[in-house]
Amino acid sequence: MTPLLKVVDVSKHFGSLAANKNVSFDIASGEVLAILGENGAGKTTLMNIIFGHYLADTGIVEFNGKMLRSGDPRAAIEAGIGMVHQHFTLAENLTVLENTLIGVQPLWRPLLSTTAARAKLIRLAEQFGLHIDPDRPVHELSVGEKQRLEILKTLYNDCQLLILDEPTASLTPQEVSSLFVSIRQMVAAGLAVIIISHKLQEILEISDRIIVLRAGKTVGAVTTSKADKRQLGEMIVGRKIDRPQRSARTPGHVRMALEAVTTPATGQSATGLHGVTLALRGGEITGIVGVAGNGQKALAEVMSGHLRPTKGHIEIDGGKTSAASPLAFMQAGVAYIPEDRNSEGIVGDMAVWENAVLSESRNAALVKSFTRLDKAACVAAAKKICAANDVRTQSINQPARLLSGGNVQKLLIGRWLARDPGIIIACQPSRGLDEGAISAVHKMLLAARDNDNAVLLISEDLDEILTLSDQIAVMFNGALSAPMDNDDLDVVQLGLMMTGEGFDAV
Amino acid sequence: MRFEAREHTPGWLPWAAVIGAGAATLCFAALLLVFAGASPLDGFRELFIGAFGSRNALTETGATATPLILTGLAAAVAFRAKFWNIGAEGQLYAGALAVTFFGTGMVDLPSYLMIPFLLIVACVAGGLTLLPMVLLRQFMRVDEVVTTLLMNFVIILLVSFLLEGPWKDPYSMGWPQAQSIIDSGVLPQIVPRSRLHLGFVVALGAAVIIWLLQSRTTFGFQSKAVGYNAVAAKHAGISVSKTMIGIALLSGGMAGLAGAAETAGLKGYLTLDLSPGFGYTGIAVAMLGNLHPIGVIFSALFMAMIYVGADAMSRAIDVPTYLADVIVATTVLCVLVSLVLVRYRVLLRG
Repeated sequence: MTPLLKVVDVSKHFGSLAANKNVSFDIASGEVLAILGENGAGKTTLMNIIFGHYLADTGIVEFNGKMLRSGDPRAAIEAGIGMVHQHFTLAENLTVLENTLIGVQPLWRPLLSTTAARAKLIRLAEQFGLHIDPDRPVHELSVGEKQRLEILKTLYNDCQLLILDEPTASLTPQEVSSLFVSIRQMVAAGLAVIIISHKLQEILEISDRIIVLRAGKTVGAVTTSKADKRQLGEMIVGRKIDRPQRSARTPGHVRMALEAVTTPATGQSATGLHGVTLALRGGEITGIVGVAGNGQKALAEVMSGHLRPTKGHIEIDGGKTSAASPLAFMQAGVAYIPEDRNSEGIVGDMAVWENAVLSESRNAALVKSFTRLDKAACVAAAKKICAANDVRTQSINQPARLLSGGNVQKLLIGRWLARDPGIIIACQPSRGLDEGAISAVHKMLLAARDNDNAVLLISEDLDEILTLSDQIAVMFNGALSAPMDNDDLDVVQLGLMMTGEGFDAV
Repeated sequence: MRFEAREHTPGWLPWAAVIGAGAATLCFAALLLVFAGASPLDGFRELFIGAFGSRNALTETGATATPLILTGLAAAVAFRAKFWNIGAEGQLYAGALAVTFFGTGMVDLPSYLMIPFLLIVACVAGGLTLLPMVLLRQFMRVDEVVTTLLMNFVIILLVSFLLEGPWKDPYSMGWPQAQSIIDSGVLPQIVPRSRLHLGFVVALGAAVIIWLLQSRTTFGFQSKAVGYNAVAAKHAGISVSKTMIGIALLSGGMAGLAGAAETAGLKGYLTLDLSPGFGYTGIAVAMLGNLHPIGVIFSALFMAMIYVGADAMSRAIDVPTYLADVIVATTVLCVLVSLVLVRYRVLLRG
């Protein structure tokens, strides 16, 4: 059988970094190929080369036996390759049908002929179990529905090869299984599907074959039925996996309490909080699970002083907080590890040492007369933070943007831990990090918890929440459930609650 | 052709880029001189002699550089924090108005008090002119490019109204100009029988003070963080609004000082043609100086050289004085291109 897509010896460099190095693979119609690898292993680069977003330095991409015009996404779409990115590319103010037609219908026709298009869209949705209302505006759709629309868009363009980049990243367990049902139907109908992921369990469930990328190179190619989970995991990271486990907890007294807190919406297409009540105790990690955009951002911001509650109040160590300012919360002992560490955490163009003391410009130990910054003391403090938290730098003077994601995160958490905070609000602390850095971040959070800090952990990674948390609360539509003890928890029930089923707000 | 962000930027590269831009400018200027029918070598020689060739030329260059250093600092301080103050021209006139208000007889102090007093009121006036704009931006998200730019016209029309009306000097033979600054308030000449006055020293001092402020103090540290990444600065407990207000007061203050230097130093009284666009040229000065306060001194001297030298050149070899403006504009364009090259590497293929 001739392969549908054939990739031969593709290499791609960014500066001195080899993102892909002599990668070869092929895929036939009716097959699900999984590409596994850590963040930065080169998965997305490889897909962008196939799809024509990037130009490969060397190597060939053949589709249906013909060379693809390289560097031209339109050639890839016309040939029948469809790609669904992790971050959707939909026009929020248009309807489902209109989004499908963007780029398909000629723009100069005075009246869009939607009858045929609507019929085709409905037929495709029926055929592959991708149920969606063609006339709903996209901003009303859930994440799962938006993904279905993205897939439908590619099917509408008669794609033969569908590439899904981290398709399960922000889906509930139920949405994941429904996605897998659709994928099986598509494959049965003769499509080829490539799934890029770093979630082993799901890959083992859905794929026929697996290739593993590490540092841009293919390090393994196996048939899924013969694959071993542990062996694959070690192939991905290149060494044995060692994630820390939490010890028995010793809950202390309440450090931070939210009392019926309501906030306006914050960020894009997200919801605010509606009467959230929550207590954080020292020596305890409270995990918050929920589908992205259900108010997690607002929760983190209101608990770190970035957002002022319109109703309700927040107490820190028994005292009501009056001013909603990050500085006031910081001085009251709150450390906030933001979701986007590069744009909210560090100042990329400033040196590592400057970032390490960014929060300390009021610290009397670092300031001399006439408000002069004591550079020697700052550098010493920065070196201490880097050493204590294994932040690897070439030099303390290098710009922070040159640090790897893991080192940036260790630097940020280390900066907060050096203040001996008491309350830690961590948002997606390990998102996009490699296995080694994830385990380091987890160790830091667990050590902080054992050191009697109250930790709030907001994450879209259910495994992370289940590993680290002492108690777990579900966030849905801006409301929070009562926290449940992690030790006697039903994961299926948790998944249902994330979609609002059986969800009871406090 | 593609641009790729540089991973490492060596420290010397920005300065090399600025010097390269200067060299490129001279090449373009040479072309223009050829078009104008003159020999470029003669032209540059006359330009150089006109700017540095005599005691008079040197003091003229210094006198022209004085307001440019100060408005250059105004732009550099603000732009480093990504606060786009296009209103240095108006703030300069605000400083000049304050000096005229207090310095034409309302306050009379001995010289050693009067001069600092006038400099301070000009500085405060310039800063306060910019204050509403920074508040509007920080708290109501009003674009400061628009507000600062439009405020220029408001202030210049106010000056026009005052000089044609209530503040008009009755002995001015009908010219729209204010009364002279009283003797104790006039900035003394630092070279006898020249137009180079104490303002030049004040400008150099201001540049050094701002440099120390930016590189040594917590305010400088905080404003650097706010300039590069305001969100991260806020997360680290830095008050972005307070820092921005500080920056705005400093920026406006520098432009106000330029107004004081021109009114109490160069002219001796306020006129409507006090500034031939020093506020706008300051932006070019700041860019050419890499937004660095010490760099601003050199770029202001360079610009002054071109303005003063081009005058002499046009007299000597009969080319239009407009060449000076063209050269300055070309400089800014070359600097902008060179700054892109500092951040990005150009790849011809791929």
